[in-house]
Amino acid sequence: MMKIHPWALAAALLAAALNTAPAHAQESLTVVSWGGAYGRASKLAVLEPFSEETGIELRIEDYNGGLAQIRAQVETGNVHWDLVDMEIPDMVRACDEGLLELVDAESLPAAADGTPATEDFPADGITDCGPTQLFYSTAYAYNQHSFEGKPEPASLGDFFDLQKFPGRRGMRRSAVANLEFALMADGVPTEQVYEVLETPEGMDQAFRKLDSIKDAIVWWEAGAQPPQMLADREVAMSTAYNGRIFNAQVLEKQPFVIVWDGQVLDSGGFGIVAGTRNLEAAQKLVRYAARPEVQARISKYISYSPVRRSALPLVSTHLQTGVEMAPHMPTSPENLKRALPNDWEWWSDHADEVNERFGAWLAR
Amino acid sequence: MAGPLNQGRLRLRAAALTLPLIAFIGLTFLAPLGAMLVRSVHDPLVAETLPETLALLNQWDGRSLPEEAVFAAAARELVRARQERTIGQVATRINRVQSGLRSTLTGSARKLQRAQRAQPQSWREAMLEADSDWAEASTWLAVRRAGERFTARHYLQALDLDQGPEGEIIQQPPERRIYLPLLGRTLLVSLSIAVLCLALGYPIAYLIVHSPPRRANMLLLLVLVPFWTSLLVRTTSWIVLLQKQGVVNDILVSLGLVGDDAEERLAMIYNMTGTLVAMTHVLLPFMVLPLYSVMRTIPPVHMRAAASLGARFPKAFWRVYWPQTLPGVGAGALLVFILSIGYYITPALVGGRTGQLISNMVAYHMQQSLNWGLAAALGGILLACVAGLYLLFDRVVGVERMRLG
Repeated sequence: MMKIHPWALAAALLAAALNTAPAHAQESLTVVSWGGAYGRASKLAVLEPFSEETGIELRIEDYNGGLAQIRAQVETGNVHWDLVDMEIPDMVRACDEGLLELVDAESLPAAADGTPATEDFPADGITDCGPTQLFYSTAYAYNQHSFEGKPEPASLGDFFDLQKFPGRRGMRRSAVANLEFALMADGVPTEQVYEVLETPEGMDQAFRKLDSIKDAIVWWEAGAQPPQMLADREVAMSTAYNGRIFNAQVLEKQPFVIVWDGQVLDSGGFGIVAGTRNLEAAQKLVRYAARPEVQARISKYISYSPVRRSALPLVSTHLQTGVEMAPHMPTSPENLKRALPNDWEWWSDHADEVNERFGAWLAR
Repeated sequence: MAGPLNQGRLRLRAAALTLPLIAFIGLTFLAPLGAMLVRSVHDPLVAETLPETLALLNQWDGRSLPEEAVFAAAARELVRARQERTIGQVATRINRVQSGLRSTLTGSARKLQRAQRAQPQSWREAMLEADSDWAEASTWLAVRRAGERFTARHYLQALDLDQGPEGEIIQQPPERRIYLPLLGRTLLVSLSIAVLCLALGYPIAYLIVHSPPRRANMLLLLVLVPFWTSLLVRTTSWIVLLQKQGVVNDILVSLGLVGDDAEERLAMIYNMTGTLVAMTHVLLPFMVLPLYSVMRTIPPVHMRAAASLGARFPKAFWRVYWPQTLPGVGAGALLVFILSIGYYITPALVGGRTGQLISNMVAYHMQQSLNWGLAAALGGILLACVAGLYLLFDRVVGVERMRLG
C-alpha cells in the first residue's frame, strides 16, 4: 500500500486551498442591486445587454442600501463588490469618505446630437463618483377595493386623516420622506419643507403630525412589502416606491391607485467600490449605463424615469403590456404638480441626529 | 525524588500548559475588549487631519472670529483632506458634534479647492464666501471639540447628556433622551426574564432530581435538546407559534375565544411580549442546569428529618430545602440576567418596535450609523453595569457561595 507522508498531504491540501481563487481568464464583475421588481428591471434593461455587448460576465447580488458593507470591504482591503446600485445620498456620502472610485464626467458618452454629457444631465445630475441613472418616487397608494362605495383619498392630507379615511397606513420604517410627508400634509409649501425641518420647532411639528396616526401605522422595510400589504388589505393605504405599485397595477391587475400629491422624488446610480480589481470593466459598465438609450430602457420594465434630457423622449411603452409609460413617470408634468425633490445634502447633514430621534420615537 | 526545586519546575510546566488558553483569551477576548474601550474615548482622526488649524484654534478665545492665520490653515488642510479623500470622515465626526456641519465642510473643501488656483488675497473671505457658517464661533468650537484626541463625548451621548457652549454638562431635552430609558428597559426586562426563568425552572429542576433515574434522564434530555438546538431555530419557531396567523392564534380562534379579524387576533410577537417569551425560553436551560446540580447534592434525609421533627412540607421546604438551593438560584439568576443584558438576536427578530433592547442600539451604531465610538461607549456602559451588579451580588449573596455544579 502506498504510504503518504503527512507533510506531502498537508502541502497538497494547502495547494488545493490556494487554488480555489480562479484565474481571471474571463472578465467578470459583481454588481449589487436591490432585488425584487426593480432588480429584475435593471437586470433586463442594463446589466444583461451590457454583458452581451462586452462579454463581461456579471454576478448579481442583492442588498438593502446603506454603506456599512461597502465600508467594511474597503477598510479591510477585501473588496468583492465591484459596482453598487445606490441611492444618491448614500453615493455622495460614500464618495466623500473615499469609499467609491472617482468617475470623470468628461468620459461619459455624449447625446446622439453631440451634446456633451455634462450639459445633457441636469445640474447636480453627475456626482464626483458617477452619474445618476434614474428618478424614482415615494408616494402613497391605496387599494380601490378598500374604498368601495366610499370617497377615495386624493391628497396627501387624506393619508393623515383617520376620521375621513379610517384604516391602517403602511409607511417605510425610516425617517427619510416620512418627515417631509408629515410637513407637507400639515400645509408647509414644498419649497420650505427643509427650511422648516431645519428648525427644532419644525422637527417637532413633523413628529407631532406622525404622532397623530402612529397607532394606525404598519411599518415596512423592503420595497416589495407595500404592494403585498395593499393586496392583502392589511392596510388601507401605504407609502411605496412608485415602480412597485405600477408593476402590481399592470402585471397583477391590482386595483391600486397612486396619489402623486406630495410625492418625494429621489434618484439612484451606480457607484464603483474603491479598490476594486476590475476597475476598467466597472468603468465600462458605468459609461454603458449612462448612454441615453440605455437610461431610457429601464422604463420598458418599470415606471422609473431616465435622468438625461436626451433620454426623456425615448420613453415609450411597457414592453410586456404595451402600456404608455409617460403618465406613470414620477417626472410627468401631471404628477409633478406637488412634488418634493429629496434634499440629499440636508439628509447627509442631519441623518445621524434625525434617525436617532426617529428610532427613539418609534420605540415609545 | 521530587524536591522543592523539582516541584517548582513541575508547577511551572503545568502552568505552561495553560499558555495556549491564556494567549487565546488575550487575543480573542481581552484585546478586542481593550480596543473597544479605547475607541470609546480616543478618536485621533480629526486631530491628524487638521493639526495646524487645531493648534491655532487652541489659542483662540472662543468668542470672536478667528484670525486670518486660522482661516488659511483650515483652508489648506481642508483642501488636502479632500485630495486625500478623508474629508468625508472628518465631516462626519464634526457633524456629530454639531448637526448640520457635514455639508459645510465637504462643500467648503470643494469650493476652496477651486479658489486655491486663484490664489486668494484673504482666506477668511474665501471661506466666508464658500459657506457663511464659518462666520459663526460655534462652527469653530465644534471643530475644536471634534479635534480632541481623547474625549468623553461618546459617554456623554450614551448617557443622554451634552456639553454646553461653556463646557458645562447638561441633560438632553426629554424627546431627545434615548439611551437611558432604553438601558432602564433593558435592566427591567433582564430582571423579569431572570424571575420568569426561576419560576419556571425551579419546579423543573426539583422534578428531575426527585424522579426515578430513568424518568429523570428523560426529563433532563428534554431540557438539553433545546439547549443544543440552534438559537435561530428556536427563535423562529416562536414566530410560527405566536404570530397573528400562527398556531396559538388559530387555536384560540377555533375555540371562539378571539375573533378571526386581523385586528382582533392577539399580538403576541413583534412586541415586548415576544421578546419576553422567546428570551425566557432560550435562556431557561441556564437556570435549570445550575439548580439541578445544586439540588442533587442536597441529601434527601434533610427533608425527612424535618418531617420527623413535625414540620409540614411547606415549612420544611422553606426552612430546610430552599436555603440550601440558594447557591444554585444565585448562579442561575446571575447567569440569565447577565446573558439577557447583552442579548441581541432574539429581540431583533421578535421584538418589533417596542421590544428592542440596548444591544440592538449598539448593533445599529456598528452597522448602520457607523458611529463606532458611540457603540463602544454603550458597550462600555453595559460592561460597567454587569461588573457593578456582580459586585453588588457578591456583597449581598457572596460569590463564593454561588455554585454552578
